[in-house]
Amino acid sequence: MANFETVEVKTDLLILGGGFSACGVATEAAYWAKKNGLKVTLVDKAALDRSGAVAMGLSAINQYVGLRDGDNTCEDYVRYVRQDLMGISREDLVYNIARHVDSTVHLFEKWGLKIWTDENGKYVHEGRWQLMINGESYKILIAEAAKNAIADAGGEIYERVFIVEPLMDGNKCVGAVGFSTREEKFYVFKAKATVATMGGAVHVFRPRSVGEGFGRSWYPPFNTGSSAYFTIKAGAEMTCQEVRFIPVRFKDAYGPVGAWFLLFKSRAISAEGGEYMAVRKDELQNWAPYGLAKPIPANLRNYLGMLDIDAGLGPLYMETDEAINKIAEEFKDDPKAFKKKMKELEAEAWEDFLDMTISQAHLWAALNVKPEEKHSEIAACEPYFIGSHSGASGAWVSGPEDLDTPYKWGYANMTTVDGLFAAGDASGASSHKFSSGSHAEGRITGKAAIKYIVEKGAEPNVDAAKVDELKTKILNPIDRYPQFNKETTDPAINPNYLLWRQFMDRLQKIMDEYAGGVTAAFKTSKANLERAMELFVYLKEDSEKLAAENIYSLERCWENMHRMWQAEAHVRTMLFREETRWPGYYFRSDTPKMDEENWHCFANCRFDPASGEWEMMKKDVWNIPGV
Amino acid sequence: MPSFVITEKCDGCKGQDKTACMYICPNDLMYLDMDKMKAYNRDPSMCWECQCCVKICPQQAMDVRGYADFIPLGASCVPLRGSEDIMWTVKFRDGSVKRFKFPIRTTEEGTADPLAGYATHDDLNNEALATEPESLGIDVPTV
Repeated sequence: MANFETVEVKTDLLILGGGFSACGVATEAAYWAKKNGLKVTLVDKAALDRSGAVAMGLSAINQYVGLRDGDNTCEDYVRYVRQDLMGISREDLVYNIARHVDSTVHLFEKWGLKIWTDENGKYVHEGRWQLMINGESYKILIAEAAKNAIADAGGEIYERVFIVEPLMDGNKCVGAVGFSTREEKFYVFKAKATVATMGGAVHVFRPRSVGEGFGRSWYPPFNTGSSAYFTIKAGAEMTCQEVRFIPVRFKDAYGPVGAWFLLFKSRAISAEGGEYMAVRKDELQNWAPYGLAKPIPANLRNYLGMLDIDAGLGPLYMETDEAINKIAEEFKDDPKAFKKKMKELEAEAWEDFLDMTISQAHLWAALNVKPEEKHSEIAACEPYFIGSHSGASGAWVSGPEDLDTPYKWGYANMTTVDGLFAAGDASGASSHKFSSGSHAEGRITGKAAIKYIVEKGAEPNVDAAKVDELKTKILNPIDRYPQFNKETTDPAINPNYLLWRQFMDRLQKIMDEYAGGVTAAFKTSKANLERAMELFVYLKEDSEKLAAENIYSLERCWENMHRMWQAEAHVRTMLFREETRWPGYYFRSDTPKMDEENWHCFANCRFDPASGEWEMMKKDVWNIPGV
Repeated sequence: MPSFVITEKCDGCKGQDKTACMYICPNDLMYLDMDKMKAYNRDPSMCWECQCCVKICPQQAMDVRGYADFIPLGASCVPLRGSEDIMWTVKFRDGSVKRFKFPIRTTEEGTADPLAGYATHDDLNNEALATEPESLGIDVPTV
């Protein structure tokens, strides 16, 4: 076996991941840990300054409720999320995040985030819930507070350690194992409580660009399904695994459209000039009541555009020129004020790209785009798993203790596995938390996990034989490679193994063609999904023959194993839900209508680690009384 | 090709305690060739073009050539990140140039205080988080 040194780390609270939710957990947990003499350890596969979905930065905070000034209530936010997710959301979780998110935003501002304010000192909104920021260093700031909190509490941060599997003691999570991506070390973290905050999943589906542009996903390619894998393999019940997200963005570079829609009031049209939101308005009747209320759910807005594409009316365009000319019209008597306004708007539009999708600025520059002269193409991206945005996939977690709901079996944000918590993209059915809400959910989870340790924390009972078994399994690809690589003149083509990219290509081909990817125009059916399941059998068997020539490849091998499990949970749940509820995310051609009578419920699943069987189940939707 | 390293400018960060680009890349793509003492992007097709490597490089030895799949040649977006602002030079294919300067933070680097000076409390059983209710501005609502 590869000669990796085993490094054992004992801690009280183990935080897996380094993004916004992980930093939220760390910041809050460190405070309570210090008070209770407990140790907090955070493990990040990258560098905390620039890890996770906000690595590049962001140009807006998408969740701010405005409780302090009475602008909105938490109930308002619950109604917004319920509507956008077609009635399926954990309202207790959404409420819990909404009541804490403003304090997270206020902390961000104190830490040094530049939130735009108007002449009266009030935050500048992009939309009802969205605040404008100068967010190039958004992640660096949030990481800085987390690092300072951990340092103050005497905790530890491990960077460049990739977590692969949970350590289990029956139905209790007692830590995690993984490996360093810098040196030959196998890590065993033993903990009294563990938090999964390793983000969502990208590249489960084949992206639109398959050459050099393969990495230009809207959500980052380093979100590899590790949260889903970790919680599924621990035996946690999962929810909304069918609810992937497909954003509509500027085509190919996937730059944000929010500023153009919300600030510039720009319209989206087909190549024939029809505004699909107006032309196809009647289609919304089919998705009542959700299609008839405002704001129209993101997936239905997508769907109306997709209908235009299906009808051969593409490409779709964002009417940037029209929007700017309208603004010019408003200032027609004051050219000086117009010039000033345009300069302001130009900087805002470019910052929107440069803060969070630099490739889009690059693409516009390369195409000599002048938005005031010509419209720009928009398109649906490929599907992503992102419980924090308008998707909903994640673990099924216990709700807040003070709300009277059917969803309480432990501490806030604890999964159905004892001692295992989840937040951010890792926790499901609590969409629209974005960056700020994910951090707030992290803080909620951090406090709850410390409470769990104080009240119930026991020394982790770790089976040494199991650790050895996991070490052998995890390092298998790196053992397999030298065993066979000299048998062929080109080690990339070998009948005894698959390299990670070959494996990934196969996974993506299955998902793209059978599970409603881009080339299937986001359509699938029972027959297609069953075919995907048949092909998964071979893929899973072959996954045991993955080979890695170095540690980097080993990391990529395991990332793709993680993706494969996310893919399977997704296919199984789309198969289970016999209706179409989010037509702009996926359309089940054999059950093309929404079925409120039978499917106004959560579709949950659970993998049983003991038997290897999956169980599918329906769970009721609880609404906040009177909301 | 996503991010690339300019041979002449890269010194392998030999004067630093670690290679900056290799340290920062969120997708673990930058790698230092110890023989040449030059870094390179080991898998451009997995690059997100986040420019974290470009922004951190002490030699300004890195740039991005847009994804060949859909970005025509000849343009560039070059950041210069300071302690308070970031300057962007956006060069168009037709040779025109736009420059932008945006603030990146309002505080001194390293000073983010996790509790931000808000009043804290000791009650682990209360729904209020460490800095609440003060950081929220109202009492924590409930249903």
